[in-house]
Amino acid sequence: MAIGTLARPGVTTAALPDTDRSRAWRKLIGNPAAVAGTVILLFVIAVAVAAPYVAPHDPARQSLIRRFTPPLWVQGGLPAYPLGTDQVGRDILSRIIYGARISLLVGVAAVAVSLVVGVTLGLVSGLLRGRVDAVIMTAVDVTLSFPQLLLALAFVAALGPSLLTIIVVLGLTGWERYTRVVRAEVLALRETDFVEAARAIGASPARMALKHLLPNTFSSIIVISTLQVAQAILQEAALSFLGVGSGTAHPTWGQMIALGRDFVSVAWWLATFPGLAILLTVLAINLVGDRLRDALDPRVR
Amino acid sequence: MLTLIARRVVRLVVVLAGVSVVTFAILHVSGDPVALMMPEAPEADRAALRLAMGFNDPLTVQFGRFVASIARGDFGKSFFHRAPALPLVLERMPTTLLLTVLAMALSLALAVPLGIVSAVRRNSVIDHGATFVVFLGTSMPVFWTGIMLMLLFAVRLRLLPVSGWDSWAALILPAITLASASTPLLLRIVRSSMLDVINLDYVRTARAKGVSEWLVICHHALVNAALPLVTVAGLQFGLLLGGAIITETVFAVPGVGRLIVGAIRQLDFPIVQAGVFVFALIVVLVNFAVDLLYIYLNPQIRVR
Repeated sequence: MAIGTLARPGVTTAALPDTDRSRAWRKLIGNPAAVAGTVILLFVIAVAVAAPYVAPHDPARQSLIRRFTPPLWVQGGLPAYPLGTDQVGRDILSRIIYGARISLLVGVAAVAVSLVVGVTLGLVSGLLRGRVDAVIMTAVDVTLSFPQLLLALAFVAALGPSLLTIIVVLGLTGWERYTRVVRAEVLALRETDFVEAARAIGASPARMALKHLLPNTFSSIIVISTLQVAQAILQEAALSFLGVGSGTAHPTWGQMIALGRDFVSVAWWLATFPGLAILLTVLAINLVGDRLRDALDPRVR
Repeated sequence: MLTLIARRVVRLVVVLAGVSVVTFAILHVSGDPVALMMPEAPEADRAALRLAMGFNDPLTVQFGRFVASIARGDFGKSFFHRAPALPLVLERMPTTLLLTVLAMALSLALAVPLGIVSAVRRNSVIDHGATFVVFLGTSMPVFWTGIMLMLLFAVRLRLLPVSGWDSWAALILPAITLASASTPLLLRIVRSSMLDVINLDYVRTARAKGVSEWLVICHHALVNAALPLVTVAGLQFGLLLGGAIITETVFAVPGVGRLIVGAIRQLDFPIVQAGVFVFALIVVLVNFAVDLLYIYLNPQIRVR
């Protein structure tokens, strides 16, 4: 295996050599915005996981005498309902806490679907080139021709709203970014010496893709995935705002804002707080993602 | 250059074929279009409708028919409005386009100067402020931004109407809302493409010759930074149309987006299909125009 080891130094085994990796870590840690993003994100995840223990009330329990209770610091607010209640007296804070579960679940799961589909197509496209590449790139162009939200809206409506539908549809409308980036990287990697060497010793296309090409696209995949999770959370919120949500009784942030819109002139807190929850979560992910890009992307470095 | 244009035309046709496959799939993806259209009807009625609408034919035959009818501009009749779907979409298009173009103009008016200043005064207060705004803007859900603006300017300050589309004042909040979705990305692109050219030799030469700073930036740098901006502005159009769907719903703007959202709630698929197809067609044509503009603007291609 002399040739195999010859080809190894540099980039074959790991996405980044060790010195680069520690530099990436230092860059990540040394940035207050990224640290703040990480802390907020961990907090949101913890709250979502522990929802039944941290939520002060049952998110579905209605109380007609308590409806439209304003937030704690406004006149008429009650300590039991820090962020107020909605039009049927449900606790806003508890609903936001439970809503975090759906947002995070859909965000991560949809991106997992996009990742698997997009990376596979990108690898195949870059590796085989020719006709297969042309077909896949046309599919990318076609996907880019539709506003993602509109496509997701139409297909969720056609398949009947459910959590699984939303995850699959958002996943299958958001794959093209992975394909474009992975394909471009594979095309560049093909020209490098170690891939040349692997080909010379007769590595099969599958081995080439999984062992030599895929590991070298990891840093891009991580960066895209972070930013895509942020996008997916926003898209899910938009879908449930427009009324084609998960179809379950569980509260979602988008749904809460949609309700809040109807009562915007009577109770400002209905729409405001769930929106702030989305903003904080997505902002945290974007801050982490942006810093990850700075730390991992060789072009920026 | 001619072969390049010919290649773009071929791609346009291929992409449009793909767009019609996806539009066709909306109705057929669930396996039974009739169940979608009339969820409560008895099975005998459904079977009759299936036969009448040709849903028992092979999918390829049905697709052929679909393509032939959309080529004639026929997307079927809206179940709800009891009228052909395409004219219903087209008559609301000017409203949506007006909203989109207003937002695009607003976006460019904000992003271009701010992006230039951020690049020229890199790491200044303005640059950091702009970066902050970019992060905030990309993290806010458009519909929430709209509702917050509505809360502040219409409900609290009573300066602008809450919703509707009957006066110029009513256009302001929807346009700002939609622009808030596209401005951050444009600003980012303007800043980074200005940074790319601003330290190149020819810009330094211009400065060394004593050309005024303002002229260097506007004439030497901006012209070359404009190329990526043109491409991104084209791609942004799709994003803006998507955002228009939400914005129109928030502010009750009588455009195509609101029509589609209503049609989705009523499972009125001819309108959904017509709307999706028309939106995609606009995006494809805008990007085709951008491609041609790019060929024209880029001297490296033009000379060849």
